[in-house]
Amino acid sequence: MTRALHPGAWWLWALGLAVVAARTTNPLLLGLVLAVAGYVAVACAQDTPWASSYGVFLKFGLVVIALRVVFHVLLGGVQGPTVLFTLPQLPLWPPALRLGGPVSAEGLVFALVQGLQLATLLGCVGAVNAVANPKRLLRSLPAALYEVSVAVVVALTVAPQLAASARSVRRARRLRGDAIRGRGAVRTLLVPVLEGAFERSLSLAAAMDSRGYGRNAGLSRRARLLTAVLVLGGVIGLCVGVYALLDGSSAGVPVLLVGVLLAVAGLVAGSRRVRRSRYRPDRWRARELLVAASGAVAAMCAVLSGGPDMVVQTSPLSAPHLPALPAVGVLVGLLPSLVAAHRRSA
Amino acid sequence: MIRFEHVTVTYPDATRPALADLDLVVPEGELCLVVGRTGSGKSTLLRAVNGLVPHFTGGRLEGRVLVDGRDTRDHPPRELADVVGLVAQDPQAGFVTDSVEEELAYSMESLGLPDPVMRKRVEETLDLLGLVEVRDRALATLSGGQQQRVAIGAALTAHPRVLVLDEPTSALDPGAAEDVLAALHRLVHDLGMTVLIAEHRLERVAQYADRVVWLPGGARAAVAGDPGAVLAEAPVAPPVVRLARLAGWQPVPVSVRDARRLAGPLRDELPAPPAAAPRPTGDLLRARGVRVSYSGVEAVRGVDLAVAGGELVALMGRNGSGKSSLLWAVQGSGRRSGGSVRLDGVDPADLKPAVRRRSVGLVPQQPDDLLYLHTVAGECAQADRESDRSAGTCRAILERIAPGIADDAHPRDLSEGQRLALVLAISLTPEPRALLLDEPTRGLDYPAKTRLAEALRELARAGHAVVLATHDVEFAAECATRVVVLAGGEVVADGPTAEVVTASPIFSPQVAKVLAPRPWLTVDDVRTAMAAR
Repeated sequence: MTRALHPGAWWLWALGLAVVAARTTNPLLLGLVLAVAGYVAVACAQDTPWASSYGVFLKFGLVVIALRVVFHVLLGGVQGPTVLFTLPQLPLWPPALRLGGPVSAEGLVFALVQGLQLATLLGCVGAVNAVANPKRLLRSLPAALYEVSVAVVVALTVAPQLAASARSVRRARRLRGDAIRGRGAVRTLLVPVLEGAFERSLSLAAAMDSRGYGRNAGLSRRARLLTAVLVLGGVIGLCVGVYALLDGSSAGVPVLLVGVLLAVAGLVAGSRRVRRSRYRPDRWRARELLVAASGAVAAMCAVLSGGPDMVVQTSPLSAPHLPALPAVGVLVGLLPSLVAAHRRSA
Repeated sequence: MIRFEHVTVTYPDATRPALADLDLVVPEGELCLVVGRTGSGKSTLLRAVNGLVPHFTGGRLEGRVLVDGRDTRDHPPRELADVVGLVAQDPQAGFVTDSVEEELAYSMESLGLPDPVMRKRVEETLDLLGLVEVRDRALATLSGGQQQRVAIGAALTAHPRVLVLDEPTSALDPGAAEDVLAALHRLVHDLGMTVLIAEHRLERVAQYADRVVWLPGGARAAVAGDPGAVLAEAPVAPPVVRLARLAGWQPVPVSVRDARRLAGPLRDELPAPPAAAPRPTGDLLRARGVRVSYSGVEAVRGVDLAVAGGELVALMGRNGSGKSSLLWAVQGSGRRSGGSVRLDGVDPADLKPAVRRRSVGLVPQQPDDLLYLHTVAGECAQADRESDRSAGTCRAILERIAPGIADDAHPRDLSEGQRLALVLAISLTPEPRALLLDEPTRGLDYPAKTRLAEALRELARAGHAVVLATHDVEFAAECATRVVVLAGGEVVADGPTAEVVTASPIFSPQVAKVLAPRPWLTVDDVRTAMAAR
């Protein structure tokens, strides 16, 4: 078997698809993104405990759509001429808010596609979780972020264990006759689960200490502070920059650049003390580049093709058309399934 | 290699030291076994070797611990990681990564070894411990024995000079335990590694030890020396040593092989063992074709099991052979995909949980899951309430099984044996007709096991049906009237204890091995027979 792909490549691929989903409310295009992500998730799924989380993400997406629609019906929003039904209206303060009132087909469609957009984003994240182990991604993080990544790894380890122990405690509780109801029942569940989780975290910490974690990690207080400020500033800059870029405002690019600069400086400063090596590090090879590029192509196509087909028309309602360029771009996103098929036959 | 100089460890808020004035030298290349009752300070001793005590646990360490010339006072555990490898009691709780290869590499990554060295050592370790087939698997999907071997391998890859193991075989079936011990034996003999083991199941490890350290607990000094000589005096001793004490063999043997050489006269003079009592009639519990499957995987495939009142049935079999699933399915709280269970003509699964526990009780593998109050008295009072018994019922049962537990003690502060006794008392409070126990002897020392066996026999005498799933062949031989062996979710053997356990060396208790072909199973049986003569 050849090695699994670098998780970074998978995340870039998913990011590309997510950019498409963020740029459009066209349900056809969103559906296409979901289908492509889902196909790749199933075709390239890995044998990790996380692979099964894809279904959870999809269900979560359905919940998001349902919530969006319910909120729209209750609180209103986009109005249109085609009133389907009218709920009894409650006056609220401030008067701009309302509860109940007319519900229009236009508004309903708008809420649906917005929910679908969020669900598609979730689908992209779920797909990447199925194909790339999140722990491996953390392993590829720069050394300056080592402490953070360890904390996340421990959390990722403890979370499924917590769920498992909750299941076994609930099962064991039946042995005591489920006698306690109400608030007491929560306690009978929480006390053993939390005590167990606490003990497990302690033994995990002891195991990590015994196995040399944090050896030679001495770094002066000032250096640590500087690194933290630089990295934090960089991350904030990155977030603001990406948001501005997706939002289409002009401040995006410079803020993003400053963010990248700060983050890189912080990582370099923090990485100077590394005395840790990495077993079989993930490397960027041709296949990784192909996967990442396919995501980038999808994103580029969506960014380049503006035009009315990208947004769904709600007033008046009209059937959406599938825009050619972004659709082709999204289909390029299927490329990883070919690369992965190669992996299986090898 | 390891040197303890007048070491006394006192934990914060403790009234007396956990380890008192210990003087001990373990030379290089020895396999040293630490024995003692529960709470005698075995874990403290082991964890002091790599500095977890007191750097991690807190408390006060007087005296000095030197490992390979390094004082643990100046070296925290992480600075000793290249000298001492520690394998904790529950391997799964110590896993940092989630695949076999990454777990093996973790210590080396912390030590900053270059990638080529790591690749080489991972391959060597996979071969040494027989883990090649599972190298790409997720740790959570491995069997208990494989997980234990991965945990040992993860400690080995850093090439420590000392390996410390806390109860490495306690969760394992007899076969897997032998694999793990054989691997350790190889490390000592081929690589000259110094190994320090604490274990309750001495019948499994004593024969491999070069030296035994007995911690009597309290203020008495530790005794170290030749395995036979030390175990002959200790209250915790494997059956073969107790048999030797009974028969007056000198020098005291610790392996079945040595004992057999001395056992000739005893074999000849013992009368034929009394015939096993006939199976009581009138099945109380009857399960037919029970199936349990989890997401497509069949854990139990059509098991028939009938247990009469007064019977004590031991369910044995490998890790993952379906013992726990079967118990839960029979009790009715767990999943059952097919088949029928009747207890007094009623299917327990159809009963409400509160009613069900009056007909069949279950002591789960993690007894802690049942406890959620802050005091023993509180748990007992709650058990009385939920079973509709008069106040004090549970407390009285507890006092009979394990006398002297304080009312205001926190259940988590009890020893393993006391905690098990508490959960057993809670399960017995509604006086269920049948009682099921899942691995009840884990973490129990010999005296605690003897008390548990007595309690279970008393239950059976009172007409209850008792079923226990266990890996502990000695315990099964001591108390079970019948043994059922499961493999791959199916029954492969079912019969009187003596017949089933003597049929296969892996389920055979030590006394049976020593006295074969005479079918004696326990030291107590032999003692009774000798006294009668």
